[in-house]
Amino acid sequence: MPAPSLPAPDLTLDTSGRLCPYPIVEIARAMKGLEPGAVVCVLATDPGIATDMPMWCRATRNEHLGTFREGASFRSWVRKRVAP
Amino acid sequence: MTARKAIAMISGGLDSTLALALVKRQGIEVKAINFYTGLCITETQRRKGGRPDGTMPQNEALRAAADLEVDIEYIDVSEQGYLDLIVNPRHGYGANANPCVDCRIFMMRKAREIMEREGASFVFTGEVLGQRPKSQRRDTLRAVEKESGLTGRLVRPLSARLLEPSIPEREGILDRSLLLDINGRSRQRQIRLARELGIAEWPQPAGGCCYLTDESFSRKFFDVLDAREAAGEERRIRKEDLVLLSTGRHLRLSPGVKMMVGRSELENAVLDAYGAGRARVAARDLNGPVALVEGTPTWEERQLAARIVARYGKGKEHPEVAVDWLEDGLLETLTVAPEKDEARIESMRI
Repeated sequence: MPAPSLPAPDLTLDTSGRLCPYPIVEIARAMKGLEPGAVVCVLATDPGIATDMPMWCRATRNEHLGTFREGASFRSWVRKRVAP
Repeated sequence: MTARKAIAMISGGLDSTLALALVKRQGIEVKAINFYTGLCITETQRRKGGRPDGTMPQNEALRAAADLEVDIEYIDVSEQGYLDLIVNPRHGYGANANPCVDCRIFMMRKAREIMEREGASFVFTGEVLGQRPKSQRRDTLRAVEKESGLTGRLVRPLSARLLEPSIPEREGILDRSLLLDINGRSRQRQIRLARELGIAEWPQPAGGCCYLTDESFSRKFFDVLDAREAAGEERRIRKEDLVLLSTGRHLRLSPGVKMMVGRSELENAVLDAYGAGRARVAARDLNGPVALVEGTPTWEERQLAARIVARYGKGKEHPEVAVDWLEDGLLETLTVAPEKDEARIESMRI
């Protein structure tokens, strides 16, 4: 289960049933329309998100707050980078 | 266009990772792009739970971008336009179903659009002169550059000093003396350079991860096209074909009838998702494969398909197995002896 200190997301993206790298494609697209510091929660069923999301965040300097398994699905929290 | 910004086409392999590092260390802002074709062996392995040895491959393009702190964007090209291109390549195929030259031109045209959109001044790749027999010959590299509309703005940093100076080199955006002159198939220089640049990780073995370069996949790919043509249909590949061609054993029972047999629970689940318009065949009370049958099988072919399903299931040593044949909502149960003639099965394998 996710840690209780995680912030409420400004946007939740449900990518369930879609295969990697779509969860990454979706969050990348959504991030463009969000303010710096906004928090996104991505729901996914492809287990690839557990490795892909931290790496994508490292590449794009967004903050990976955590990815958690919930039964057969995953929830991943990301905060949009503040610095350019 | 004199921006100190570039678009990197990366796979995450050693060569494209090095090219990325070489350009980035010249202080140039880089945006990486990676194309999703639906034909990547690694992605398919990931979604089927990993490699046969139990390890889970990572997304190498993401890994490379993360290691070098470069922004990355995925470009999904797995649509009909791309699928038509791989069926009708103007420059022909490589050793298997790989139309590498046409595919490169297609992707580089996309890269050019992104270069223009992003206000970048050039595109670069990890291509190495002479590394591949057809797609990386000097004349092919030049033709790809021209046909993609990137003349003068397509840089191959690993071999740049063996090629004509590009516009960013002539304009002083890129320092040519810091680019390389690697030629041929040996990877010793790349491995040395990786150590020098502190690049610790790259996928092994080297080489493409595209199903179209795989001999077994290519046989199935051309079989689908040939069967459609023989049936008077259009010679086309559809998006769902890409999933099915990488799933299960494929057996051709006759020119108009094909069977796909799952090899694992995951493959059974994949086949179950594509049952529409096909017959679903599976043993009634025993664990075993799900199979899909395409076409209009004769009575003998239905019996044979049921026997093959029985042979690959838990009842293979039983004298008889009840096999359910579900088609258009109608269920029929065939009681058959598991097929024992391995040579016959082998002769039908595509």
